[in-house]
Amino acid sequence: MDLAYTPEEEEFRARLREWLAKALPTLPPKPSPQDWPGRRAYDLGWQRMLYDAGYAHVHWDASPTTRLIFLEETETAGAPYVGAGFVGLLHAGPTIAAEGTPEQRERWLPPILRGEEVWCQGFSEPDAGSDLAALRTRARRDGDDYVVTGSKIWTSHAEVADWCELLVRTDPAAPKHRGISWLAMPMSAPGVVVRPLRTLAGSAEFAEVFLDEVRVPVANRVGEENDGWRVTMVTLSFERGTAFVGEVVACRRVLGELARTARENGRWDDAVLRRRLGRLNAEFRALWRLTQWNVSAAEASGGVPGVGGSVFKLRYSHARQELFDAAAEVLGAESLDLEQSWVLERLSSLSYTIAAGTSQIQRNIVAERVLGLPKGR
Amino acid sequence: MRFQLTGDQLALRDGVRAVLARRFGGEALRAAVDDPRLDRALWRELGAAGFFSLRVPEARGGVGLGLPEAVLVFEEAGRVLLPGPLLATHLAADVVPGAAEGEVVVADVDPGGLVEWLEEADVVRGDATGAVALKSVDPLTPLHRAPGAHARAADPVAVLLTAAEQLGTATRVCELAVQHARAREQFGQPIGAFQAVKHLCAQMLVRAETARAAVYAAAVTADPVDIAAARLLADEAAERGARDCVQVHGGMGFTWECEVQLHLKRAWVRARRGGGGAESEELLAVDLLA
Ligand SMILES: Cc1cc2nc3c(=O)[nH]c(=O)nc-3n(C[C@H](O)[C@H](O)[C@H](O)COP(=O)(O)OP(=O)(O)OC[C@H]3O[C@@H](n4cnc5c(N)ncnc54)[C@H](O)[C@@H]3O)c2cc1C
Repeated sequence: MDLAYTPEEEEFRARLREWLAKALPTLPPKPSPQDWPGRRAYDLGWQRMLYDAGYAHVHWDASPTTRLIFLEETETAGAPYVGAGFVGLLHAGPTIAAEGTPEQRERWLPPILRGEEVWCQGFSEPDAGSDLAALRTRARRDGDDYVVTGSKIWTSHAEVADWCELLVRTDPAAPKHRGISWLAMPMSAPGVVVRPLRTLAGSAEFAEVFLDEVRVPVANRVGEENDGWRVTMVTLSFERGTAFVGEVVACRRVLGELARTARENGRWDDAVLRRRLGRLNAEFRALWRLTQWNVSAAEASGGVPGVGGSVFKLRYSHARQELFDAAAEVLGAESLDLEQSWVLERLSSLSYTIAAGTSQIQRNIVAERVLGLPKGR
Repeated sequence: MRFQLTGDQLALRDGVRAVLARRFGGEALRAAVDDPRLDRALWRELGAAGFFSLRVPEARGGVGLGLPEAVLVFEEAGRVLLPGPLLATHLAADVVPGAAEGEVVVADVDPGGLVEWLEEADVVRGDATGAVALKSVDPLTPLHRAPGAHARAADPVAVLLTAAEQLGTATRVCELAVQHARAREQFGQPIGAFQAVKHLCAQMLVRAETARAAVYAAAVTADPVDIAAARLLADEAAERGARDCVQVHGGMGFTWECEVQLHLKRAWVRARRGGGGAESEELLAVDLLA
């Protein structure tokens, strides 16, 4: 059991840190949160800089520890978040890398790495959220194409995406997990209509996507026909296993800012609040250790994130909400002012226990797959 | 970074687990509840197995291992509710002659003013004059209160090893709950198939595993702030876990016979060591301004 990094890892960290110090000041000003085309350009521009500097691959080929260092250093330095590149870099890319044909990898992976194409995730449907395998969007085979009809919902970044990792039903007669396929659908295809949805934070983070007789080449199917559920499980293990590393670092920074703000505005003298912040410090330190533990476990098992991700996601999503509740306590009346930093964060923290599998679903996963409790109602 | 147990550490843990299962299994536990006296023979066996001298350097006749190994051993002791002033004797191993071998039983006046096992001890460290016996909530831990003791900062090593014991309890009560939830049937199926029960168990595991990462990391760094964090997480995992375990056991969980009550009560005793968690919270709060 040790927490020391190897000399190679430390060298990677030092080189990255040096590069970040030079690269970050050259970034253009941050676009406003509502400006999606601006955000797309900004996020892709950052990915291009990473590509040119030789860091673009880090999410895919680097060892879990190297990736941990990358996320820790970029977050600490205040570098941009993956943002619009999220689905491409963290879900679709790794899935295509693991399950795609050589042609598919050649077609889709380089543009993701170079920051040229944005992906979105078309999994959820109005009647298939937690029960994802109940999805009904239908793909009928017609020559070399699938003809896709149905609708998707809560699709993040849909307005600015070039591609969609789309789950469709290719065999309606099969048992529900067996008749699903995984397609790469161009968002520009005729018949795709995107309608932005407004979140409770006021922003347009996600959208509804309507699909009317959309033609998708059969060659865009990743994995075998009707084997999409297995491919999806590969995607989801990436989603839960490693998505939040940078955010833990960010939360620890916010916690330090909270303490300093409390000292400035006098709230620090309130022992109850002060101890609450102390307890949150314990919480986020522990979450960082849990991250290191999971990363070491992944390294030992060959890189694929395990169910440790569900344990982490459960604890982290609630801790994040407690953090921003504490922020509201520090701010006092200001916590009702949307102009204040942290207020939007508090609102958006509500999504963490819902997106990427709700806490209730994660508890089922932990209970059934880790603890071996029987499946039930 | 290889933040996983090494082969030697796994072997140590399994070895200690095997010794404790043989020497302090379920029947011994129940017998101890009926007759809560210190088992001197067991104490000497622990001494011979290196339990107390684990961190004493080899040059001074100890085992020469470090904090991570001590944490693993105390976790196992916590799992089986091993009674006696383990921590006080372990901490005295290099100071009080005979403690390392388990020949001499040592009690300690805790910074919060509590003394465990005062009457059975051969040596008492700290000022226990005028100590008054409490009717201890934990049938396996006799307690005194020392009025003369002044609150002082807790020893980080004592805090960490207590957290390790709490981790043992947190893990054990999760296992007990899961075993029961698999076996007990109501409405024609195991209660573990009901989500309300399943989710209690899942949360027990989440708390235990988060605490484990914190406790093991603190053992590696020996940093007082890491130790304070580990303590808060481990106390929570043990206390909440034991409560939830009582709940999963239903009426049986509220009986004296059910092992779970012993875990809950021991968790409460340990959570008071060093005066409770407030000191750790304050330390962690100040750390935020550093
Ligand atoms: C910010 C955000 C971004 C998202 N981005 C995307 C995206 O890009 N692509 C995409 O495909 N999806 C996305 N989602 C969708 C997300 O995955 C779903 O919202 C989530 O899986 C829950 O599904 P649902 O909304 O249909 O809720 P429901 O499944 O209807 O759940 C409603 C409530 O019932 C509970 N519940 C449901 N089933 C059970 C059960 N078996 N046991 C216990 N409780 C249960 C849930 O926990 C929840 O509390 C996003 C969601 C959010 C909030």
